Amino acid sequence: MSKFQKPAWLDNGLVRWVDHRLPVFSFMSHELYEYPTPRNLNYWWNFGSLAGIVLVIMIVTGITLAMHYTPSTALAFDSVERIMRDVNYGWLIRYIHMNGASMFFIVIYIHIFRGLYFGSYKAPREILWMLGVVILLLMMATAFMGYVLPWGQMSFWGATVITNLFSAIPWGIGDWIVTLLWGGFAVDNPTLNRFFSLHYLLPFVIVGVVVLHIWALHVHGSNNPIGIDTKGEQDVLPFHPYYTVKDMFGLGVFLIVFALFIFFAPNYMGHPDNYIPANALSTPAHIVPEWYFLPFYAILRAVPDNFIGGWTTEWLGFIIFEAKLAGVLAMFGAIAVLFVLPWLDRSPVRSSRFRPMYKWFFWIFAIDCVVLGYMGALPAEGIYIVIGRIATVYYFAHFLVVLPLLAKVEKTRELPKSISEPVLGGGGIAAGAAAKPMEKA
Amino acid sequence: MNAIRTLLAAACVALLATPVVAAGGGKEAPARQWAHSGLFGTFDRAALRRGARVYMEVCSACHGLRLVAYRNLMEIGFSENEVKKISAEKEVPAEPNDDGEVELRPALPADKFVSPFNNENAARAANGGAYPPDLSLIVKARPGGADYLHALLTGYKDEAPAGVTVPEGMNYNEYFAGNMIAMAAPLSEEAVEYADGTKATVEQMSEDVSVFLAWAAEPELEERKRMGIKVILFLLVLTGLLYVVKRRIWADVH
Ligand code: HEC
Ligand code: HEM
Repeated sequence: MSKFQKPAWLDNGLVRWVDHRLPVFSFMSHELYEYPTPRNLNYWWNFGSLAGIVLVIMIVTGITLAMHYTPSTALAFDSVERIMRDVNYGWLIRYIHMNGASMFFIVIYIHIFRGLYFGSYKAPREILWMLGVVILLLMMATAFMGYVLPWGQMSFWGATVITNLFSAIPWGIGDWIVTLLWGGFAVDNPTLNRFFSLHYLLPFVIVGVVVLHIWALHVHGSNNPIGIDTKGEQDVLPFHPYYTVKDMFGLGVFLIVFALFIFFAPNYMGHPDNYIPANALSTPAHIVPEWYFLPFYAILRAVPDNFIGGWTTEWLGFIIFEAKLAGVLAMFGAIAVLFVLPWLDRSPVRSSRFRPMYKWFFWIFAIDCVVLGYMGALPAEGIYIVIGRIATVYYFAHFLVVLPLLAKVEKTRELPKSISEPVLGGGGIAAGAAAKPMEKA
Repeated sequence: MNAIRTLLAAACVALLATPVVAAGGGKEAPARQWAHSGLFGTFDRAALRRGARVYMEVCSACHGLRLVAYRNLMEIGFSENEVKKISAEKEVPAEPNDDGEVELRPALPADKFVSPFNNENAARAANGGAYPPDLSLIVKARPGGADYLHALLTGYKDEAPAGVTVPEGMNYNEYFAGNMIAMAAPLSEEAVEYADGTKATVEQMSEDVSVFLAWAAEPELEERKRMGIKVILFLLVLTGLLYVVKRRIWADVH
C-alpha cells in the first residue's frame, strides 16, 4: 500500500552498495521509517523515545564530566566544584547531568505507569516488560553510584546506609558482599573508585538492554490505548513521519521542563547536605535518598524493628528473617513483583478503558506509590510509621491479591472490533477477526 | 490537546509531591525577595562589594572561602589593583627554593582565599571546640540558602526563652538547628566602615554578606539565568513550530 513506501534515500548508489554488503540502511528503513505503528497512540506513548534520548544525554554529559572529575576521596568534592567554577560551561554540563538523572526517573516512572494502565505487559509482551524492569534496576544502581561521586555528606552517608543493607543477608554472604562493595571495611577511597568505574560502565550495559527491549518491541509492535491487536494496514501508520514528528514535539515540551530546572532551579531536586564535603565523623540529622528512591526507602523502613519471621526449607533448615533482612527483602520484592506481573494479572483484557474495576485500583495504586514517596522523605516516627506500613502492605496486596482476584470477578466492557473502527468513527474497513479479548501469539 | 493537559497536570503533581524536610530545631527562615531571585535576577553590585568587605573584615577571622580565588572578585567589580592589594595581605607557601625550604610568599590574585586556620583542629582549638565551616558553599548547603544566612545572622536573642539555659560558650539563635550556636553574634553596629557611605547597621551588613556569599556559592547564577531565558524562548518557538508540523502531517489521519 502506498503509505508504506520505502524512503527515497535507499535508492542512492552508495547506500545500495553498502546495503548489499551490510544491510544497515534497509534495517533502519524497516525499523524506523516504514515500521508500522498503531494509529491511535496517545501522548503517553512518547515517553519511551524520550527515555532513550535522556539516556544519550546522560552518557554525553557523563563522559564530559569524567574528563574533569577525580575519583579520590581527597579530591572528588573539589574536582566537582572546579567543574562548576572553572571548567568552561562546566556548571551547565553538571546541572544537565544532575537534573537529567531526576528527569530520567520521571520519564521512566511515567513510562512504567503507562504500561500498567494500558496492560502493555501482557502477552505477547512479557519479555519486553521484564527487560524494562531490568533497565529500571540498572538505572537505580547507576544513579545510586553516581550520587556517591561528588563525595558530599549525602553521598557518603547514603552509600553507607545502602551498602550496609546487604549485610542483612545471612550465612556470611552479606558481609562478603559488603566488603566487596567497599573494597575494605568502610566506605572509603576504594569504594569511590569502584563506584566511579561501575558508574561509567553501567550506562552502556543499559544501552545493551535497551537494544533488546526495542528488539522485543518491534517483534509485535506497540500496544495501544484500547489494547487490542492491530488487524491490518487500516490500523497502523508508518513510523516516519507520523511518530517521528509526534516524538519531536513531545521532546520539545520535555526539554522546556528540563531547561526550567537546569537554568532556574538546578538544585531543587537535590539535597543541600550534598554541598557539605563528606565527613565520616558527622552524621546528618536525616539521611534521605534521592527522591526517586523514596517509595522503596519507605518500604525498606516499614518493617518493624522487632520483626522476626521464620521459614522452614528443605535444604537450608530453619531461616530466621530479622527486621533488617525482611526490610531488604521487601524492598527488592517491590521490584521483583513487577517481574512476575504478567502472570499475576490474568485478565484477558489489556487496556483499563475496558476494565472498569481495574481502572480504580490502578489509581489507588498510583496514589499509594506517592504516599510511599512522602513517607520515605519524612522521619520515621509516630503516625508516619503507621501510614508507611499500611501503604507498604497495600503495595504488595495490589499485585498479589487485587490483580489475581480482579481477573476472576471483573466484568470487562466489550472490546471494539478493530482500532480503525473507533478512530474512523465506525467507517473503517471491517476487519476479519471478531473481537476476541486478546490474541495469544 | 487533552493528553497534553493531563501531562502537564501530572508534571505539576510530581512537583508538588516533593516534600521539603526542614532541618530539625530551628525556626524556618522567612523567604525574602533578593535582587538575584526570580527568572531575571542579577546580583546587587553595590551589595556584593559591601558584602565582600564584611566577609573580609569580620567573617574571615574564623571562616575560610577556599573555593573562591581572589581574581574572582574582578567578576563583581573589583579592579585588578584592588584585588592585588587584597591578596597581598595574605601569605601562602611558595614553591620549595633551591635549598628545598618552603618559604611564605604574598598571595597572588590567582590564589584561592587563604583560610584563617591551617586545619580543622586548629580551627576548633581557637573556637572553644566548635568548627566554623568554610563559607564557599554555605548558601547552597543550607535549606533556605541566603534567607537562612540572613535570618541566622540577625536571629540572635540576648535572652533565651524562659526555661531554656544557654550553656557556657553558647548563644541562643532562633534559626540555628537546635538553637544553641557556638558562634557569638558576629555583627555589631558599625562593625565595618562602608566606602560608599551606607550606614553599617547589623541588618544592612547581614543582607550584604548574604548576597556576597550567595555569589560565592553560585558565581554562575547570572550567566545561567541569562542563558536560560534564551534557551527557553528558543525551545518555545521550536516546540510551537513542531506542533504546527505535527498537526499538518497528521491532518489526513484524524
Ligand atoms: C569568632 C569567630 C567567628 C566569626 C568572626 C564568625 N563566625 Fe560564623 N561560626 C563560628 C563558629 C565557631 C561556628 C560554628 C557554630 C556551631 O557549630 O555551633 C560558626 C558557624 C557559622 C555558620 C554555620 C551555621 C550553620 O547553619 O551551621 C555560618 C553560616 C556562619 N558562621 C556565618 C558567619 C558569617 C557570615 C560571619 C561574618 C559576618 C561569621 N560567621 C563570623 C565562628 C565565627
Ligand atoms: C544511566 C545514565 C546515568 C545516570 C542515571 C547517572 C546519574 C548520576 C547522578 C545521580 C550523579 C550525581 C549528580 C550530582 O549530585 O553531582 C552522577 C554524577 C556523575 N556521573 Fe553520571 N549518570 C549516568 C551516566 C553517566 C555516564 C555515561 C558517565 C560517563 C562516565 C557519567 C559520569 C558521571 C560523573 C563523572 C559524575 C560526577 C560528577 C558530578 O557529580 O556532577 N554518568 N551521575
